[in-house]
Amino acid sequence: MQVQRPKLTFWERTYIPQILKGMWITIRHLPMKKFTRMYPEEKPKLLGDYRGAPTLVKDPEGRVKCVSCQLCEFVCPPKAIRITPGFRADQAFDSNVEKEPKEFEIDMLRCIYCGYCEEVCPEEAIFLKNDFAITGYKREELRFNKQKLLELGGVQPDSIWKWKYKGAPPPGTPIGPVRDGKPVEKKAAGH
Amino acid sequence: MATRYEMEMIDSAARAHQAFEEELHGEKLIVNMGPSHPSTHGVFRMVLELDGEEITNCWPEIGFLHRGDEKIAENMTYTQFIPYTDRLDYLAPLANNVAYAYAVEKLCGIDVPVRCKYIRVICAELARISSHLLGIGAMSMDIGAMTVFLYTFKQRELIYDLCETICGARLTTSYTRIGGLANDMPESFIPMCRKFIADLPATIDETDKLLTRNKIFIERNKDIAVLSREDAINYGATGPILRGSGVEHDLRKANPYGGYENFQFDIPTGTVGDCMDRYLVRMEEMRQSIRIIQQALDSMPGGEWNAPEAKIVLPEKQAVLTKMEELIHHFINVTQGINAPVGEVYFGAENPKGELGFYIVSKGGGTPHRLKIRAPSFVNLQLVPLLCKGHMMSDTVAILGSLDFVMGECDR
Repeated sequence: MQVQRPKLTFWERTYIPQILKGMWITIRHLPMKKFTRMYPEEKPKLLGDYRGAPTLVKDPEGRVKCVSCQLCEFVCPPKAIRITPGFRADQAFDSNVEKEPKEFEIDMLRCIYCGYCEEVCPEEAIFLKNDFAITGYKREELRFNKQKLLELGGVQPDSIWKWKYKGAPPPGTPIGPVRDGKPVEKKAAGH
Repeated sequence: MATRYEMEMIDSAARAHQAFEEELHGEKLIVNMGPSHPSTHGVFRMVLELDGEEITNCWPEIGFLHRGDEKIAENMTYTQFIPYTDRLDYLAPLANNVAYAYAVEKLCGIDVPVRCKYIRVICAELARISSHLLGIGAMSMDIGAMTVFLYTFKQRELIYDLCETICGARLTTSYTRIGGLANDMPESFIPMCRKFIADLPATIDETDKLLTRNKIFIERNKDIAVLSREDAINYGATGPILRGSGVEHDLRKANPYGGYENFQFDIPTGTVGDCMDRYLVRMEEMRQSIRIIQQALDSMPGGEWNAPEAKIVLPEKQAVLTKMEELIHHFINVTQGINAPVGEVYFGAENPKGELGFYIVSKGGGTPHRLKIRAPSFVNLQLVPLLCKGHMMSDTVAILGSLDFVMGECDR
């Protein structure tokens, strides 16, 4: 298929019809709805599963979901994540979880928002939220630590009740450490 | 036995000085255009030797945006490199993702489901429209027609909205995965995309009305930088530049990949090979892309969107959370990467700018031994000295605009 090269008529070579046509198109655009968004005042509506800032989440019982398996640290293409693994402060029997991160640091200056950390996380502990304009005055401000990440992440209900029960927990389940329906004593801390 | 190579690398400042010493016969003038000139679309520098207004010689200078992407690829798994492909041709990130995914899949010898192919076709064609809208808008703005740029950018904004819907990011899409996609196409995407391709022809027609029969635009472009058929082939030009010179070569037809054989579309070609032809080819390609997207949306098959390859594709999240074997697979696939066979593979895809090729040398395992990116802009930019010679200084903006290159891809 060959493209048609325009052959101008005499009338078109005078450039007068082009001026009129151009004016007509521009004028037709004048009464159209304004497309520009007044950005800082008018926030855009985010579509789809927007990949914003990565955050850590807690489960509805307030436990840190991350078990510091360091898979996100491994997969992160720009190496923005640093995890210092540690054990849970109290060896709770309400779950099979022994570990949680001692420190979890995401360098927001390095993060490229690719979403790989969310994709690989086997505990659904890291989520990309909708925050997209992250700013700061100092580099340290943009190195988000565990506390800050948990603050941003908030609570995310489990899609499955992985830690103790199969399916949803029975109604009226006590929150504290429980085994066979009875509260159990805490084991001495430390390993 | 040691072999010694001596390489002479003259930087452009030294070259300008050299030209000044050697060839300045009283009248010639050396002008540095770029690296931060608005018409160079990035960081591209040209050392121009002028005789009055006429260009007598031209030395293009690249490498200002070099990141070492090819070396970076050697140090990470195949999947981890996908975000880096976004940043090659950053005007069409989805098309780069698609090309890279097909290259690695060719290496592994796997086939993806039809639904995945169709979604990838839609993505690649949206990227093509987006890239050509920018190419035409920026070209006309450099020449002096500001209005077109504003209208084409409005449509590009809508394409970014579509990208955001489908993968959650506007520019750094990272949508494909080896053997599939990051996520299925959401339901809300189809009506949005239909509305977009229904509205787009109006903008293309408007651009057409403003530019194609505009005497000033024609005179700035007609018979400027004529690239003959032979030169286009000899220089390895691809994409709209090759087709503008009258060569009917499009990898989507010549070497169909990813389900393109199922779609009806034409390859627009030019006759003269000047800037005008390249502009007309791009305009027509957008219309053809709309046709392809229309067909793909109409015949979108259901079913799986990831290849049934447990050793390559990550298992479903729900299974990872509940089943031991899937959890093990998940960890192995992420940490070790895909176990690619030993071998070498080249895959070229028809990207908006031309043939984007990935040449992968694998020695097995999850990382490539060597990954060469054949960037279309890099090859097409070779034409600059050939095309610029004999033209006016002010024609360079039209020439660069019609070449429509991206330095992110050229310097990579």
